[in-house]
Amino acid sequence: MTKVVYQGRSFERLDDESVLRCLLRNGIRAPYSCESGACQACTMRAINGTPTTVSQEDLKETQKTLGYFKACVCRPEEDLEVTLLDDAQKHKYQMEVVEKTLLNNEILRLRLACDEPFEYRAGQFINIFKGDLIRSYSIASLPGQDEMLEFHIKRVPGGVVSHWLSDGVQLGDPLTVTGPMGECFYHEAESVEGVLAVGTGSGLAPLWGIVRDALTQGYEKPIILCHGAMKPENLYYVDELRELEARYENFSYFPCVSAPDEGELLTDLSLGFPNDVAFMKQPSLAKWQGFLCGHPEMVNNTKRMAFLAGAALKNIHADPFVMASPT
Amino acid sequence: MSQSVYDRIGGEPAVNAAVDLFYRKVLADDRINSFFEGTDMDKQAAKQKAFLTMALGGPHNYTGADMRRGHAHLVERGLNDSHFDAVMEHLGATLKELGVADDLIGEAAAIAESTRNDVLGK
Repeated sequence: MTKVVYQGRSFERLDDESVLRCLLRNGIRAPYSCESGACQACTMRAINGTPTTVSQEDLKETQKTLGYFKACVCRPEEDLEVTLLDDAQKHKYQMEVVEKTLLNNEILRLRLACDEPFEYRAGQFINIFKGDLIRSYSIASLPGQDEMLEFHIKRVPGGVVSHWLSDGVQLGDPLTVTGPMGECFYHEAESVEGVLAVGTGSGLAPLWGIVRDALTQGYEKPIILCHGAMKPENLYYVDELRELEARYENFSYFPCVSAPDEGELLTDLSLGFPNDVAFMKQPSLAKWQGFLCGHPEMVNNTKRMAFLAGAALKNIHADPFVMASPT
Repeated sequence: MSQSVYDRIGGEPAVNAAVDLFYRKVLADDRINSFFEGTDMDKQAAKQKAFLTMALGGPHNYTGADMRRGHAHLVERGLNDSHFDAVMEHLGATLKELGVADDLIGEAAAIAESTRNDVLGK
């Protein structure tokens, strides 16, 4: 009989018992609901061993890459070591602040060094701790290419953590971090006809990593990036992205401005919200992959629009930047 | 016992093919899409899948009481027979689009129909 390993404890699986049932029988409080492979409430992650094909049937490719599977329908032929999705929060990394650079009037680039191995995919996010306060930030760096972890911190009015990172934290200071988490990252898929990336504000952070990830992995079909801000001076990485556009023929970049000053001339900028510009450039998204990051309302609307424009739901990766309630 | 529609059309992979088609029709329908505003689309799609699986006679653990509880907040917002009919319409159209035979569509419709009173809290 095969075993299920969880947090160093090893459980014999009974005949025809699912991984979920095996854990529950041994007192592990794993979440679940439908127990027929439909609702995904029992999704967990294999860190050793391969989950069955059936148990990954309708998951996103990104989730499969991470070893996610539905425990209620998984009866593996081999031993499986698993973690619950909440467990990713538990290991705390100590990282060192090695760079602080203002990218524009409101966004700070923070670069961190980690002295233990930190495996992640461009576009995932981490949690940064300030005492009991926790805030999530998307990773903008690309493993293998960028030596340091990169984050884009927007100063949120009244935001305790963003102000602390901007003003309080000094070079050389240690930060406590958990993660990485999230399924918003590029994955290779033959059948995908194009990649659409839409972001507002510091929502460019994950997209900066994801787009470079796709390009450096040799993705040759169209990649469209629409980055939006209210005013031209709220955009950033414009030169870097234009350079990338010049280097890769399949990559198009559209910086978008939604509320320019009256009479302001927008040279080389698109007028409007980035999602509207995106659907103007690419009205049909059948077989496209979408990455949507930033303002929650924009992200949720665009997700719906992308789905109605023909994108499969599992090919739409959304990362809404939900504001923490003031503390 | 005869084989379920679920098994005859190919089980879970067939349902997976149906989910996006079905959910897209539902979301594009102005008669009913306001009930889905503000819901998490991925979670909602999983629920649509559970619904389709059940309607096709596939494996599920939902009871009439679950149906009642799960839709009570929508009934409060005015969910009624006309909305249920719209969903039934999309169920039929989705299965037709996937090339499912008419008699099997009829069987699925009958199972879905049997949840009407619980869904509408009658």
